[in-house]
Amino acid sequence: MKKIATGNKAVAEAVKQVQPTVVAAYPITPQTEIVEQIAEFVSTGELKSRYIPVESEHSAMAACIGASITGIRTFTATSSHGLLYMHEMTNWAAGARLPIVMANVNRSIGPGWNIWAEHTDALQERDTGWLQVYVSTVQEAYDATLMAFRIAEHNDVLLPVMVNLDGFSLSHIMQPLDTVELGDFIPPMHLPHAIDPKHPAGYGGLTGPDQHFKFRWDIERSMRDSVKVIEETEKDFATRFGRKYGFTEDYQCDDADVVVVSMGTLGKEAEVAIDILRKEGIRAGSMRLRWLRPFPKLNLKGKDIVVIDRDYSFGFGGILAASIRAQQKTDVYSVIAGLGGQEVTYEDIADFIRKRRMGEEFWFGVHDNV
Amino acid sequence: MDTIAEIPKEEYVLKCTSACAGCSDSLALRYVLKAAGPDTVLVVPACCTSVIQGIYPNTAFNIPVYNIAFGAAAACASGMSNAFRATGKKTNVIVYAGDGGTLDIGIQAMSGAFERGTDFLYICYDNEAYGNTGMQRSGGTPIGARTTTTPAGKTDAKKDIDAIIAAHDPPYMATACSSYPQDIFKKVQKALSFRGPTFIHILAPCPPGWRYPTEKSVEMGKLAVKSGMWVLYEREYGKLSINPQSKAAMKNPIPLEEYLAPQGRFKGINAKTVDLLKQNLAKKIKKLAAEEEEQ
Repeated sequence: MKKIATGNKAVAEAVKQVQPTVVAAYPITPQTEIVEQIAEFVSTGELKSRYIPVESEHSAMAACIGASITGIRTFTATSSHGLLYMHEMTNWAAGARLPIVMANVNRSIGPGWNIWAEHTDALQERDTGWLQVYVSTVQEAYDATLMAFRIAEHNDVLLPVMVNLDGFSLSHIMQPLDTVELGDFIPPMHLPHAIDPKHPAGYGGLTGPDQHFKFRWDIERSMRDSVKVIEETEKDFATRFGRKYGFTEDYQCDDADVVVVSMGTLGKEAEVAIDILRKEGIRAGSMRLRWLRPFPKLNLKGKDIVVIDRDYSFGFGGILAASIRAQQKTDVYSVIAGLGGQEVTYEDIADFIRKRRMGEEFWFGVHDNV
Repeated sequence: MDTIAEIPKEEYVLKCTSACAGCSDSLALRYVLKAAGPDTVLVVPACCTSVIQGIYPNTAFNIPVYNIAFGAAAACASGMSNAFRATGKKTNVIVYAGDGGTLDIGIQAMSGAFERGTDFLYICYDNEAYGNTGMQRSGGTPIGARTTTTPAGKTDAKKDIDAIIAAHDPPYMATACSSYPQDIFKKVQKALSFRGPTFIHILAPCPPGWRYPTEKSVEMGKLAVKSGMWVLYEREYGKLSINPQSKAAMKNPIPLEEYLAPQGRFKGINAKTVDLLKQNLAKKIKKLAAEEEEQ
């Protein structure tokens, strides 16, 4: 069914179709519309979930954990400080092997208070054991949320999945949304370690130095196994509903001499920049990274790489740039742009590519782009 | 329930726990679980009970135990209870948390869960300090008590968590003490018969923390009740009933010094602090007596 929706509404729409048994959430700008819409769906009976209006994000994730371990489907949504406030529990969710799905509306971290898009919030969660996908359109926000449940609940994965969408530049913009008839796309959830009083067991108790590392390795093994589960899920999604997704969205990369790598809505701006550059005779391409965890093997060999980071790791550099440098074993042109919602146009991105200085770092708006 | 004979023989706290000798936390838990029965999940934040249950892959508890981060027990139980009820299961969800996890780091999650009418029983077993990290002060430590972070004795009074819980107006709340296991049994059964959030606050004397000989745990709890330092009561839909033992103690308490003297944590306590303890005690008893009188 075709409709017009915001990124937030698209996420809520997907949640309504998946029908998690428990939703526990706490409102925060710019995620608020997701929880409001879900509360509305619950009150009208369209969503037969128990909606737990918790008193904090730490409790939102704790409640999802408590609910999920009984073997039922759960969902939550947050942003920025809310995500950081639940950081202890995001680690717990992954360690406890719970397929919780969460939408995170990417927003900067204070101070000063800034409610606009930045990826530093989710990137501070990158080592927790969550799978992370970053989307760029309203349609993709919806599609990725649907797929997140199937991927998380797959018994080769059993890890939580975070769907990231840019604050305001995606959460609050209206675009066409084509909803699907789910059918049996998402199988019923089966949690093999669900709590069962008939089979008493201890969960998450004291674990000694002779055992703890085995659980950590098990997370990594499932993270590696999730690659094929993501591929299968995205393939089946394309077969059933006609929309194709992958670990990256590549735009004119095959013959490109220079490729700009980015995440989220900037990746869509980058495609317009590529059209402009191609007209100038510059063989440029855009690679929008969709899955940050598991981190895909990128095919960038022999190309100049320009990385746009909407994040920063102080004292080291752009987080995406660092990852790509390490994986590709080559230096990149690292652009830091779009922090706290800083406006970055496709013209700006075209300029980053034209004026690239390989091996250097460029803060948009701080350094001169010459 | 007046005789031990009526308490089920089934054991859910099995032998070979990692509890310290004379631990009254595990003594209380033994009767909590006997009252709750097998269709129960225990939610345990970081506390002595996280240690007592044993080390993976073993567990000394014969019911499911879900361990969760320090400040998150009530929120976790809130999700669990909602999930069970949504799927038609009547499984008891019981939080079993220490005074640190209840009065201090977990108070926000607990307040939220009570305000939302969560169908669960929250039990705080109170040994009046952070026990499993080696006795640091908590909001539950009484004034004058020495802990490793109040080496000269605590200068602040014990937080009145019961008044805070009462302000949430739960259908049922009670106090109890590990030295009165039949009372614990009865109160847990009663709490679980209500829908909605219920609360039991159990005083659990701690031999290494309070510094008294391990065989004196039961006696220590009884001295707490007899001196009026700990008052046993329950509140059902707001109506207060004080246990006969405590009613007697409120009229004719033993001298507070008889409770303080055997405990190393009060060693060297000055007369002024003892007076403060007595004043607080008198205030509490007066308040409870007035509440019962008014009804």
